[in-house]
Amino acid sequence: MNLLQDIIVVDFSQFLSGPSAALRLADMGAQVIKVERPGTGDICRQLYVSDVMIEGESTIFHAINRNKQSYAADLKNPDDLVKVKLLLAKADVMMHNFRPGVMERIGLDYETVKQINPGIIYAEVSGYGTEGPWKDLPGQDLLLQAASGLTWLSNNNNENPTPMGVAVVDIMAGTHVTQGILAALYKKGINGEGALIQVSMFESILDFQFEVLTSYYNDGRQLPVRGAVNSAHAYIAAPYGIYKTNDSYIALAMTNIPAMAELLQCEPLKQFIDWNDWFSKRDQIKRILADHLITRSTACWLEILEKADIWCAAVLDYDSLGKKEAYKMLHMEITVKTSNGLSVTTTRCPIRVDGELLISDKGAPLLGEHNKEIEQQFGLVKQLEGSN
Amino acid sequence: MMELPLHGLVVLEFSQYLSGPSAGLRLADLGARVIKIERPKVGDAGRKLAIKDLWVDDNSLLFHTINRNKESFTADLKNKEDLDTIKKLIAKADVLIHNFRPEVMGKNGLDYATVQEINPRIVYAAISGYGTKGPWKDKPGQDLLVQSLTGLAFTTGNGTNGPVPFGISVADILCGAQLVQGILGALIRRQKTGAGALIEVSLMESLLDFQFELLTTYYATHQQPKRSKVANGQPLLSAPYGIYATADGFIALAMMDIHLLANAVHCDELKRFSKEQAFSARDEIKTILAEHLIKQNTDIWLTDLQKQGLWAMEVFDWEMMTNHKAYQSLEMEQVIKAGKKEMITTRCPIRINGQKLVSEKPAPQLGEHNEQLHHDFIN
Repeated sequence: MNLLQDIIVVDFSQFLSGPSAALRLADMGAQVIKVERPGTGDICRQLYVSDVMIEGESTIFHAINRNKQSYAADLKNPDDLVKVKLLLAKADVMMHNFRPGVMERIGLDYETVKQINPGIIYAEVSGYGTEGPWKDLPGQDLLLQAASGLTWLSNNNNENPTPMGVAVVDIMAGTHVTQGILAALYKKGINGEGALIQVSMFESILDFQFEVLTSYYNDGRQLPVRGAVNSAHAYIAAPYGIYKTNDSYIALAMTNIPAMAELLQCEPLKQFIDWNDWFSKRDQIKRILADHLITRSTACWLEILEKADIWCAAVLDYDSLGKKEAYKMLHMEITVKTSNGLSVTTTRCPIRVDGELLISDKGAPLLGEHNKEIEQQFGLVKQLEGSN
Repeated sequence: MMELPLHGLVVLEFSQYLSGPSAGLRLADLGARVIKIERPKVGDAGRKLAIKDLWVDDNSLLFHTINRNKESFTADLKNKEDLDTIKKLIAKADVLIHNFRPEVMGKNGLDYATVQEINPRIVYAAISGYGTKGPWKDKPGQDLLVQSLTGLAFTTGNGTNGPVPFGISVADILCGAQLVQGILGALIRRQKTGAGALIEVSLMESLLDFQFELLTTYYATHQQPKRSKVANGQPLLSAPYGIYATADGFIALAMMDIHLLANAVHCDELKRFSKEQAFSARDEIKTILAEHLIKQNTDIWLTDLQKQGLWAMEVFDWEMMTNHKAYQSLEMEQVIKAGKKEMITTRCPIRINGQKLVSEKPAPQLGEHNEQLHHDFIN
């Protein structure tokens, strides 16, 4: 039995934060119904990246929305709204990531929906929460990275503040709202009660920084200083970082400096016997190490260090990763099919259950593809006629 | 305070450092009773791992950050008597989490098959670095190494930089988050079937999942995504997406139409680029923009851009951020009394029924709850 067998999720969200949460619920076995505006749908359908499109839609839309159904409904049309409310009456979970106030205007705010279905889990993702001076600002990933101090943690000190090159705020908020929804579903299984789950991208990206923010709160509020040389973490001592070799790169995690110096036969490093210096003199240490590691190949250094159980690794791009047996064995790639025959290769859910991979070959839905099916499954048309 | 959703659940955490313990922390904040099972005398190696040499007591501030709201029970798993005690605990637990290497729990006689025999309702959740099979299964599951091996270091920084890792333990945190999702899904199924589950997540699979947008694009094109040479924000995105220096600070610009941008910031030079060139000519566009934006202060640009409804934001450091009303209104900080000291940390980011989830319970001393747990579960 799938983990979320028979759970019905009605998802009004767009872009990435909400939809990535719904994708995880779908992969765990829930029936996820995207409610989309007729004509345009989820704006992400038209969000082209790097000029890559699949069937006139962005690749990322297909990655985010596979394994879901689409129900096109105009929430400003009274008949459509009645049908959506009938659907919500049968749902276990409703999600949205509209800005504060939008659902109130449409008439699908928590208080209203709770009256239709007291057992519903109503989950919302906002940019900056529902109060405060930033509540109406757009909840956009890069802007949240900028607002939260995150960009002062990566790259070398002489570089501009550097954003993380993956939509980390959207994805963290997505995992948090999923956790909240699942916890609420568990409780509902005991007492039958619904819940309101709220996550903001701002709180999520602060939580993501909880280790280093706690350090900041308690160290007299000193701002983090990125290293000047091969910086990988503002708070961690040398040699922690990525270094150039004579043919590519090597990553070194925490390790004992003189012991490593011995292994690498790097004379000038041997003097750093006091571990306090590994942090305070990290730029000096890392510069010496960088000058030394550039002289030989990655494979050569790895062989020396791995044998001695020093934490190190090659630095791979997708081309070289894809050739590794360790990658292939994970079977991370899946191919999904849309109803019009299009195949898309994407990644699977990273969670394994009872030793099995969670795999589905269902591609992203066409806009409104499942209207008939859903109206039939939930008896929406008949009930609408009855209610008129 | 309402009753938290996971109230009544008992979680045994056989984990160290961050990945497993961050999952335990989330479950604790959602209401579960989380018990760290630790080696006598030493305990979680994270107790002695400090950043900036910050300590609360015998334990680092970092340990206190990750392990607040939990209990500690010491047991030597190599001692038969202790192991029998642990098995009694397992018989009454709902969830077991571990982040040991694949074979270690087996050696201790706590592999899934054995544990399932003791308690068929248990959700057994295991974290590994790279999965339980294959040539990398014994590689150290360390955050920077997993970032390096999964291509992530080529997403950040400019194309002119070498690979730039994320300055946060992103693999550990995401893996912990995925584990929580799997555990909760399994607990929901258990309500219907009565049976437990085996949930497995690896750091590597978590980071591949994290890059699912980039990887899906890569699978379609077989072209390694390239970082822009100037102001890289995300390798797949067109100009102006990125961060730029201004006369007095920095500004972040998200996706926007190049011509609207040119008008908003009065940069005529940008007008010669067509919409179609926003990706192909992004280095050129971003270079012109960088030279233009350096001339004025951030607040002037922000006003111009926001007036046009364009997505832009000032780049804050933590001092600017924590002084801002928008941050303060979230009440993200909570004070925890650990022994005689007070520490400030962040709270759980999830709100339930309008309430923020806070907990004043500090991280446990090693073995602090041995007696209590004996009383509650064993005798």
